[in-house]
Amino acid sequence: MGFVSQIVRDSEVFAKNRADMLALVDEMRALEARPIALSEKRRERMEARGQITPRDRLAQLLDPGMPFLQLHGLAGYCVDVDDPEQSVPGASLLVGIGFVSGVRCMIIVDDAGIKAGAMVEMSAAAFLSAQDMAWKQNLPFVHLVESAGANLMEYKVEFWANGGKLFRNLARHSAAGLPNIAVLHGPSTAGGAYMPGLADYVVGVKNNGMAALAGAALVHAATGEKANDRDLGGSEMHASTSGLVDYLAEDDAHGIEIARNVMARLDWNKSLPVRRSKEVQPPKYDADEIAGLVPTDYRVPYDVREVVARIVDGSDFEDFKPGYGPATVCLQAVLNGIAVGILGNNGPLDPAGANKAAQFIQLCGQADIPLIFLNNITGFMVGTQYEQGGMIKHGAKMIQAVTSVNVPKITLYIGASFGAGNYGMCGYAYDPDFLFAWPNAATGVMGGEQAAGTMEMVARAGFKRKGIDPDEAKLSAQKAAITQHFTKQENAFYTSGRCIDHGVIDPRDTRRVLGFCLETCLEGRARTVKPSSYGVHRF
Amino acid sequence: MTFDTLLIANRGEIAVRILRTARSLGLRTVAVYTTADAQSPHVDLADEAIWIGEGPVGDSYLKAEKIIEAAQETGAGAIHPGYGFLSENAEFAAAVGAAGLTFIGPEPEAIRLMGDKAVAKRLMTDAGVPCVPGYEGDEQSDTALTAKACKIGFPIMVKAAAGGGGRGMRLVQSAEALPETISIARSEAESAFGSGGLILEKAISDARHIEFQIFADGHGNVIHLGERECSVQRRHQKVIEEAPSPAMTPELRAQMGAVAIEAARAVGYCGAGTVEFLLEPSGTFYFLEMNTRLQVEHPVTEMVAGLDLVALQISVAQGDALSVSQEDITLDGHAIEVRLYAEDPANGFLPAIGPIDFWQAASGHGVRVDAGIQQGQDVSPFYDPMLAKIIAHGPTRETARTRLVMAVKETILLGTVTNAPFLDDILQHKFFISGEATTTFLDRTYPEGLPAYEVNARDIALATALLLDADQARARATAGYVSADQLGWASAALPPFATTFAYRDTEIQTRALARPGGWTIWVYGDSYDVSCTKCDNGKVRARINAQTVDAATHITHDTAQIAIGPERLIFRRLRPGALGAEPVAGGRVTAPMPGALVEVSAKPGQNVSKGDRLAVLEAMKMQHQITAGVDGVVTSVHVEVGQQLNAGDVLIEIDET
Repeated sequence: MGFVSQIVRDSEVFAKNRADMLALVDEMRALEARPIALSEKRRERMEARGQITPRDRLAQLLDPGMPFLQLHGLAGYCVDVDDPEQSVPGASLLVGIGFVSGVRCMIIVDDAGIKAGAMVEMSAAAFLSAQDMAWKQNLPFVHLVESAGANLMEYKVEFWANGGKLFRNLARHSAAGLPNIAVLHGPSTAGGAYMPGLADYVVGVKNNGMAALAGAALVHAATGEKANDRDLGGSEMHASTSGLVDYLAEDDAHGIEIARNVMARLDWNKSLPVRRSKEVQPPKYDADEIAGLVPTDYRVPYDVREVVARIVDGSDFEDFKPGYGPATVCLQAVLNGIAVGILGNNGPLDPAGANKAAQFIQLCGQADIPLIFLNNITGFMVGTQYEQGGMIKHGAKMIQAVTSVNVPKITLYIGASFGAGNYGMCGYAYDPDFLFAWPNAATGVMGGEQAAGTMEMVARAGFKRKGIDPDEAKLSAQKAAITQHFTKQENAFYTSGRCIDHGVIDPRDTRRVLGFCLETCLEGRARTVKPSSYGVHRF
Repeated sequence: MTFDTLLIANRGEIAVRILRTARSLGLRTVAVYTTADAQSPHVDLADEAIWIGEGPVGDSYLKAEKIIEAAQETGAGAIHPGYGFLSENAEFAAAVGAAGLTFIGPEPEAIRLMGDKAVAKRLMTDAGVPCVPGYEGDEQSDTALTAKACKIGFPIMVKAAAGGGGRGMRLVQSAEALPETISIARSEAESAFGSGGLILEKAISDARHIEFQIFADGHGNVIHLGERECSVQRRHQKVIEEAPSPAMTPELRAQMGAVAIEAARAVGYCGAGTVEFLLEPSGTFYFLEMNTRLQVEHPVTEMVAGLDLVALQISVAQGDALSVSQEDITLDGHAIEVRLYAEDPANGFLPAIGPIDFWQAASGHGVRVDAGIQQGQDVSPFYDPMLAKIIAHGPTRETARTRLVMAVKETILLGTVTNAPFLDDILQHKFFISGEATTTFLDRTYPEGLPAYEVNARDIALATALLLDADQARARATAGYVSADQLGWASAALPPFATTFAYRDTEIQTRALARPGGWTIWVYGDSYDVSCTKCDNGKVRARINAQTVDAATHITHDTAQIAIGPERLIFRRLRPGALGAEPVAGGRVTAPMPGALVEVSAKPGQNVSKGDRLAVLEAMKMQHQITAGVDGVVTSVHVEVGQQLNAGDVLIEIDET
């Protein structure tokens, strides 16, 4: 008869959970709004130049009403300045997967409204992550370019050294048969200039589009030549003289229109097999209820099946080995008509749970069924009983299974994700196809209090060994400092700022995000691309 | 005289109308058609169809020998000519008879007598039928015609002696305008009827156009089926017809009916005919002309008299005596007909051509639509721009009128501009409602046509939503695996995106944001939540904020056509890059519509003033003067007489001074 929800919608607990969760969602949206507001300040200036703003460019590029999945929306949060109040997330980029002329593609838009689109500390990380995802999912790439290159004031040698990968990836994608289209909207010098340089198709916008290895100032400094920017790298010059620009556009909107047309003419989906159409049943339970059923404090237990019932088709699933290692939940379900295996946690991983999970992962691998990891895991169980029960080897089996299974893997941090539990549940280092966090998620090697408590024990042992009385004031200060150090870093917005996930999502969007990711994975794997030994050369 | 196969030597709605009756009588039917008409419904409806030419009427529907050949080839025993084309061509009628076939119409001699307006008028005067003072002599020189005109007095009508149905008929207010009118009328008469003879007639002002439907058999019986009033005319083209006339009394009907019968008897008439009169407010009436064929507006008579006139025509042609006598004729209620033309009332009634993207005829109690078109067909430039007739019947004139108002709204044609808004406006005009309209009503009330409908923000929001729905559907059809619940969703806020439209000459920008199931659209600063549910065949139910709207639509890549009330709105999306196209220089003279050039008077080097006639284009059987838009010197003339042009072709260039 299927799963029956135990949630009481009009309970106080539900109301509190919901208020807490929505407050976090609001916080996330407020952070996302910061770069928007900052960039928006340049609107007048850009429009006076006949340009449209980077976000308007993105909206104009996308197919109306087709889904869009933002990636790395909080990149750089607390990295640009270590102050949650002052930090502006986004890393001067707009990144996401969306549809252009019916083609699912990876899109990057330089946020030229912020410091002329100059790359900042986390820009390369977000950019490389997007390229990596495009690579894995066989996605064409569209880049709306207007970037002053790297910010010289923030120069660090490793940025430059690592930054080379951006261009290597462009060349690699081209050779692999993944086309990339660049629209040159504004001044793009140095690294910015190699973005169009390595694109397969370049659209240059008249009057504003400009690409040069060095702008007039640097040229003057380097050679003494008094050049002007339009002659050095104007779109018109590149379209007629250097041959860098393939299509010359009247203005930004026209450039985007041309990019859309170029994409349409790729006939990109020609090799995609038609998917057997299935009647998709919405969940019986309202996805909106997720906000009310999940406590934002991961210490408060709840049944992860309640979440799954609000994600999967018809709220229907099969419980695999429910009586064995019951704290580890393995469910077979269907999402948007796609069969999936879902792993969730109702408690720590114990030997039985790790065994069950490893078996379940292998079964999904056998039948080529995508895996979804709903992380709410404080870790592998510790203690004599568990060590003697082989926790290490059973945990190792799970990690081996996760590492080796060759199916799409989508990880969501929906609560805690600590220690090796994170590894077993396909955390960042396990290279899931997609990795998103809810705003209440907490990740790290362990919880702050655990860490502080552990360190306190070590310190007390030290005092005791030395035969002196513990300095309680010092201990308490140390405990507070450690707790704060850990807690700050486990925050979902903080981790997302470091690009160790693909972004933070509204929990109520979970079904749609998972559906989008699954469909992206399926398309990517079903597609045949035609690699050649070299990227397409620009003659 | 009996026959089992009937060839219909016509096209459009009348061919369909005749086919319907012929088939109901158990006759085998043969249609003729041209390449331009290959998709027309009369071809599909007939048992057999014979191709008779490319497009131009001179090579097809006016080619008597081809039509007779087609009849012989298919074993047709009779030819029904419909109206227009060869229907009032005595030689054709004679040739049909000579080929041993039955012509569904009067004897050639009656056609000839009534077809020559001058002869007819003399004949009627002799028979004691009251006629309008005028000139119908053989002297046809410009000077002679001018002299006669001055003698009769202005305003005056210049008509083709061989004409009918308003073709080649022009009103002249003063002597100065006469030479130009004579020249145009003569050339129109020549091209339409093959004879340039003109007659002059005193223009009777504030008169009503009243015509009597008469029927005669070969056994000496002549009856009338009451009158029709056709006063609602635009430049002598009938637009609305009704039966009975609001101005009629039983006494006057008896009196005029008797005169009409007399007129028919005077030429030994047989079959269906129409005797046209002008009726002055005083009750005085004048014989105008007799049309020796079935009229366009015959359905209003059919609806009040309860008779099938085509069936009667066929029965009389087969030699039967009329099955009804004058005493049997009773008129039941009231019927009104409007003619749906492919022309733009907001743009000088320019004939329109184009595809018929959507077609739906109204239906319902008391409503009849006679149409000769079907969805997917093109309105070609070769033929009359009348596409359909919408007729409503009711126990009273007011019921018929209100039914017709609804029927005009419910008859939906998209793809080509029509006069539907004009028809709607007339039907609701107080003069029409009160039955006071005379022949000057339209030209006085709508001297500039009907102003274009001004779209409101709601219409624009709907157009935006329809185009975006289509974009979304197209993207999804191209895309790989996208579930329905993904549509309209984004994981993070996107700004609204802009769409730019042209509605007529106005550029409109909207901004839109997708939502699951619909759009939020900003027009002129206000926002509208729009969601559309598509039904079959372009029908849409849209929810715009709290309002639900049903509309017929036709959406292509960059156009949204929407039927709202009687209006047929066309929004064109302007793509970036296509925006701000070069403005057309004032000195470039372009063809306003497709057509053939019948005159090119401009010569290189000539000094011209704004408004000067440079060329004459014939399109949809009407002649259109092409005049200079600026003062200047003609620098080049790119065209010559006889050339077929597309709309927008450059004819002449003028260096503006």
